[in-house]
Amino acid sequence: MTRRTLLASFLLAPFASVFSRQRAWGDTTSPRAGPRAGYFPNVVLRTHENKPVRFYEDLIKGKMVLINFMYAKCEGLCPRQTANLVQVQKALGDRIGRDIFMYSLTLKPEQDTPEVLRHYANSHGVKPGWLFLTGKPQDIETLRRKLGFVNSNPARDRNNSKHIGVVLYGNEALDRWAACPALTDASEIARYMLWMERPRNPQA
Amino acid sequence: MLSRRRIIQLGLISFPAIHPIARAPAANRDTNDSELASPPTRPFAAELPVMPIAQSVPSLDPPSQPDPVSGEAPRASHQRWHDFLPKMFYDIHQMEAQHSFHPDLPLNTIWGFNGIFPGPTFHARYGEPIVVRFHNDLPTNHVGFGIPQTTTHLHNGHTPSESDGFPADFFDSGLFKDNHYPNTLAGGDPRETLGTLWYHDHRVDFTAQNSYRGLVGFYLLFDDQDSGDELDHNPRAFRLPSGEFDIPLVFADKRFTRDGELLFNPFNLEGFIGDKFTVNGVIQPFLKVARRKYRFRLLDAGPSRFYEFLLSSGQPFILIANDGNLLPNPLTVQSARLGVANRMDVIIDFSNYRIGDQLFLVNRLAQQDGTGPTGELLNPGTPILRFDVDRDAPDHSQVPSTLRPLPDIDLSQVVRTRRWVFGDDNGGWTVNGKFFNVNEVRAAPQQGTAEIWVLQNDGGDWSHPIHIHMEEFQILSRNGQPPPPHEVSRKDVVILGPDDEVRVFIRFRDFLGRYPTHCHNLVHEDHAMMFRWDVVP
Repeated sequence: MTRRTLLASFLLAPFASVFSRQRAWGDTTSPRAGPRAGYFPNVVLRTHENKPVRFYEDLIKGKMVLINFMYAKCEGLCPRQTANLVQVQKALGDRIGRDIFMYSLTLKPEQDTPEVLRHYANSHGVKPGWLFLTGKPQDIETLRRKLGFVNSNPARDRNNSKHIGVVLYGNEALDRWAACPALTDASEIARYMLWMERPRNPQA
Repeated sequence: MLSRRRIIQLGLISFPAIHPIARAPAANRDTNDSELASPPTRPFAAELPVMPIAQSVPSLDPPSQPDPVSGEAPRASHQRWHDFLPKMFYDIHQMEAQHSFHPDLPLNTIWGFNGIFPGPTFHARYGEPIVVRFHNDLPTNHVGFGIPQTTTHLHNGHTPSESDGFPADFFDSGLFKDNHYPNTLAGGDPRETLGTLWYHDHRVDFTAQNSYRGLVGFYLLFDDQDSGDELDHNPRAFRLPSGEFDIPLVFADKRFTRDGELLFNPFNLEGFIGDKFTVNGVIQPFLKVARRKYRFRLLDAGPSRFYEFLLSSGQPFILIANDGNLLPNPLTVQSARLGVANRMDVIIDFSNYRIGDQLFLVNRLAQQDGTGPTGELLNPGTPILRFDVDRDAPDHSQVPSTLRPLPDIDLSQVVRTRRWVFGDDNGGWTVNGKFFNVNEVRAAPQQGTAEIWVLQNDGGDWSHPIHIHMEEFQILSRNGQPPPPHEVSRKDVVILGPDDEVRVFIRFRDFLGRYPTHCHNLVHEDHAMMFRWDVVP
């Protein structure tokens, strides 16, 4: 082993378990892909700023994320959830957009164009680092199922007004995922989000 | 060899080798591709492991104190320490390890107490308070389901709050925590004696993931009657089957990727159902048994499955304990139903079989998802454990016709009635319409009083096994009727089927502080179906 490859193998050692896990989820797109590369599709979505983004590569890979579903014309749960998540964003401060990212996917992509979502985000006081996302209905539906925002009872599942009112929080680099009701105290959700970090100092 | 006729007599011939649940999901169900069928495994290819008994240590370094010592996680001071000065000490390390679920599968990364799944079995005794030092030695760089922060709950323990493994009392890898188990009778009443307890991680929002990863073990409590000695000369001793003939069995369903890696789906908020049935950590094992009586302590460790067990030979069980508590009298039952965290102690007498006979412990209860049992009883069901009758052995054990009387239910002690409605709200799980909030005290019963709690399932098709910490309860009524005979017992987990309403009598004795009540479908629990209550002076 040359000095260079020896060095390289040391540098890569922390990722060894990540690599070994890729098999579990089947094909992966690149050698540096994370543990959920084979699980989450890389479908192209549009942000409320009308930018195209690839779901896995741009939004998920290696990131700490907070994800929920909503739609702009929802008059039931969504406005309260969004208002609560605005408080979460405030609580996490400048970490949102730096190493923690918030995503709200629309359940009604036919209605919720990027412009509609931009208006929705602005009217709720959403700050940078939190993206509202729309896309092809079939892609959104795939993501909804992959992310677990489903009800096993098909009748309940079809009723969008009773959609799943939870936020998913996780860290793809650690393949660590959990969820809590979106109306949980905002300060609690912010605290939960920080559980997703790799501890820097385990004694802290 | 068994003759074909003998095999038919024993009811063995009709079992398919592969469990029918491995079939493709029905078309109208969610087909989340993270829950595909596990790879095939040959049934009854490996022997049932029996967990080692936890060994005490002469002392802990640094010695345990009422207040946290150096290296210990933050906690409240041990209450009533001097009333229950610890006599025995245990040093337990939560560690990552490699584990074989089945010879046809590769080794898997598990988390175990002392690095084994299930963890070592504690043998504790009344009158001998102990301290267990739980070290969190889990890897901080862990990738995959599970979070390396833990809080260990002794399930069914009459335990001071600061040692109870409250869900929010989790701590990081690198620290330890001393749990003080007084092993004392609730209210000093011998009719409150506990027997089959278990311990598991209770980390808030991650209990399913961490316990599924392996942080589960048994804790057995003995006294001078249930003494763990079938040769006991004490005339009061029950002399139930003991030693190698007293076997704890923990049932945990699992799922594996096509490469044989242990799989958990964190993107499922309703409940996670495995298609492989492990007993004591091994898929569909066999156990060589002698022609005599055995005591089996059945535990459903979840995360979300209900079971209904019976014997393939048609022989009934003698049910001696419900949720670890010896019944007033043994009951003869054809089957035993368990929700997550329920325990049933049963006596099986193999003396009527011949050497060479085989019979099976079978699960008949159909369940497809976290909703609960479908209501269908499978015929013949899934054989989970095979008993191979292979020898004779002396049997000095007995099953007394009278076991432990129940404590009186004195309704004049009841100071109030509280109703707890278990429901769902847009994918989250609720109690009285609210999500779990660790800072919100939803009830503050006064020490020394009794209350009636009405536990109600708010409907839909869900089943919820509801667990109350610290104190056991007795069922006053189930849907307005007296409880069935097997539920005339002290209990700590009650199954609420759809629309069920169960009224229970509960007291609050001996210890103060915060405790949770929650659904023990671990996925419901992790998604907020829990509330905090505090015992106050």
